[in-house]
Amino acid sequence: MKRKPYKRISLGVMILTLAAVLCGCGGGAGSSTVDTSSKETAEPAASASADHEFTFGLDSAIASVDPHVDTDAATRSVLFNVFEGLVKVTPEGDVAPAVAQDYKMSDDAKTYTFTLRDGITFQDGKAVKASDVKYSLERSAKINGDSSALSVISDISCPDDKTVVITLKSADSEFIYNLTTEILEEANDKDQGSKPIGTGPFKVAEYKEGEYIDFERYEGYWNKDLDCIDKAQIKFYDKADTAFTELKAGSIDAMWQMTPDQVKSLGDGYNVVESTMKLVQGLFINNTYEPFKKVQVRQALNYAIDRDAVDKLLLGGGSKKINTYGYPSVPEWYNADTEGTYKYDVDKAKQLLADGGYPDGFDLEITVPNNYNLHVQAAEIMKEELAQIGVKVTINPVDWSTWLSDVYQGRKFQATVIGFDFTSLAPSTWYVHYQSKSDNNMVNFSDADYDKTYDEAKTETDKDKKKELYNKCQQILTDQAASVFIEDPVNYIVLRKGYTGFASYPIYVIDLSSIKAE
Amino acid sequence: MKYLIKKFIALIITLLVISMLTFIAFSLIPGDAVLSRLGINATPEAIANMRAQMGLDDPVIIRYFRWLAGALHGDFGQSMRYSTMTVSQLISSRLPVTIIMAVMSLIIIALISLPLGMLSARVSGKWLDGLISQVTQVIMSIPSFFLGILLTVVFGLIFKVFDVGGYVSPDKDFWGCVHFLILPATAVALPRIAMVVKYLRNSVVTEMKKDYVRTAVSKGAGKRWVLYRHVLRNALIPVITFVAMVVAEILAGSLVIEQVFNIPGMGRLLVSSISTRDYPVVQAAVLYITAIVVIINFIVDALYQVADPRIRNA
Repeated sequence: MKRKPYKRISLGVMILTLAAVLCGCGGGAGSSTVDTSSKETAEPAASASADHEFTFGLDSAIASVDPHVDTDAATRSVLFNVFEGLVKVTPEGDVAPAVAQDYKMSDDAKTYTFTLRDGITFQDGKAVKASDVKYSLERSAKINGDSSALSVISDISCPDDKTVVITLKSADSEFIYNLTTEILEEANDKDQGSKPIGTGPFKVAEYKEGEYIDFERYEGYWNKDLDCIDKAQIKFYDKADTAFTELKAGSIDAMWQMTPDQVKSLGDGYNVVESTMKLVQGLFINNTYEPFKKVQVRQALNYAIDRDAVDKLLLGGGSKKINTYGYPSVPEWYNADTEGTYKYDVDKAKQLLADGGYPDGFDLEITVPNNYNLHVQAAEIMKEELAQIGVKVTINPVDWSTWLSDVYQGRKFQATVIGFDFTSLAPSTWYVHYQSKSDNNMVNFSDADYDKTYDEAKTETDKDKKKELYNKCQQILTDQAASVFIEDPVNYIVLRKGYTGFASYPIYVIDLSSIKAE
Repeated sequence: MKYLIKKFIALIITLLVISMLTFIAFSLIPGDAVLSRLGINATPEAIANMRAQMGLDDPVIIRYFRWLAGALHGDFGQSMRYSTMTVSQLISSRLPVTIIMAVMSLIIIALISLPLGMLSARVSGKWLDGLISQVTQVIMSIPSFFLGILLTVVFGLIFKVFDVGGYVSPDKDFWGCVHFLILPATAVALPRIAMVVKYLRNSVVTEMKKDYVRTAVSKGAGKRWVLYRHVLRNALIPVITFVAMVVAEILAGSLVIEQVFNIPGMGRLLVSSISTRDYPVVQAAVLYITAIVVIINFIVDALYQVADPRIRNA
């Protein structure tokens, strides 16, 4: 019995310690929690911290800040704000002078002469010299090798600090589109990977690998008329869902590639910009897979898949449906006549399948990259549709790295759902994808007529004739049903009220300089 | 001392074996770091150049020994995805937040589960015990990603007491970081609290049925005295083992919770490095986790001896 007081004391001490710890933790947390909530109610849009104002949520991370080394879609879309080429892509789907003031192409399309813009500077304040241009083009050409569009250059000379003369090995009337190649500062050669210095409207204030990149306006930017936000952040996410929750909670201000349902659930308080994703999304089929060697079978698939239904189920129906490998967002090089060739028709599909020797259908494995919801869901819809004509689909989801090595590089697949974006406005860089010998000819399409027409189109210098030839290329892809080209998916971009703008480009970019604070 | 040396050698051997297994496993799965980084627009030359630069053209065995030689000197190489960063830089930028979150989760677990487990044991068989076991059952069966989303929606979107996406790195604002981590740490802690409560309760209830308890009670000791002086000590041994597993698990970084809350910790780094085939980073992260598990097991051994002198003598 004597021990009881001791027990009480020790228990008391324990409880007191616990309570103290609890209060210490909880108290601190509690008070700051109250702070945040009161701040939030006072200014609902006050997500901006002192470091940045506008925050855009991107569902993938960029690979580096070196635009010559990393040419993947995410990195390009972000670094567009920091770097410029001699020319720059415009929202209208053309190129306009950027680092260059103007240029002249010789009549034989072999010599291009550029005059640099007066007073143009790098973001460290140093003037851009002709030698920087030469350095940049040579650097990019070296990194990307003989297959790069710049490998056609035979010589770059700099008669003076403001003039660059580029001579080509052979005539290339599309060459100007490839001069969006970013101009970097030669003096920064050792640090291009860690210290980005470009000529663009925004400079990098801070970059945290896999987390975010902070931008601030470059005061010395050549276009003084630019009216846009001063600071911005692009934040990277592993999953778009996480970004969406943060958008709802108010900690980020904008996102793209939203579904109509997501847009609806946001309610008022946001500005919505409708654009397209600048992708050719489709069911890409391996033309060397036994059933697909028959054109009738390929056409049957095209008739069996209801593009409108796919679009409606995926994205509510706002996408641009296509029947060829072309980018409707660049009308200049797009053959609109191919549209509507394959109208949904199950009977016709069955007939064609029988004609091709597969009256009872066949087994088909569709390999999809599991990180892209859009493509996984599309594959599921197509599975149902193809079942109607007896094609028994199994879906094989793989991770992105596996997809790249097995499907894209290895071409070990029967069919896949994916979207192709494009890096350059030069049409030859897209249509090369179906040339039989091309490294990018993932679907193993082989057509002598296509190869011939492509070669002619590429070298043709007359623009009208060129367009005609590229139109013919696209017609061949449609007629031969090289794959099931579905759509350029609609892209809903959402900006919190208080911000407007977000220019829509023919390529995949986030142009921060188009965003204004109201 | 001898004991320590023995344990240390065991640690080294474990690390060696694990590093070898990880390397082999990684060379067997499809995909490589360069392809996944450069994507579909890269030219074949760009891919070949980068492969050569990163030494990916060499056979696995050579790459392994090159890696091992570096690792023995404390150099874990460059990240392949983020080639301007060394693996050590990348990990040391991700480790602090994971450790802070782990410590917070552990505090929450200890503060809630120990009293609750004891309470549940004391009232075992009564309605309160039933209620506690029902609630813990429910919490244990919620998948952690869903729990994370649920907490975010309730506290972030409805009550607005949690700043969704308000993560700040600890070196910029330590207390801001701690503040943000309260909810994620709770999400990590909740299912484990439920498990520890269940474990502790059962362990105590089993102990309470033993002879020495009856002896103590018949000696005239009060119920509480018996519970805290005699039973708890014995009941804790299995619980320590379990908690140690929890500690190791949490220190490895929460794969799911870090993604749901967009926290740049070890868990997210490991997941993204695996998906981008950034094997130097994966290698180092796996070794870190292995080391944690081995070291914690060592600590558990030591704790056993404190809790039960018989183990010390044996």
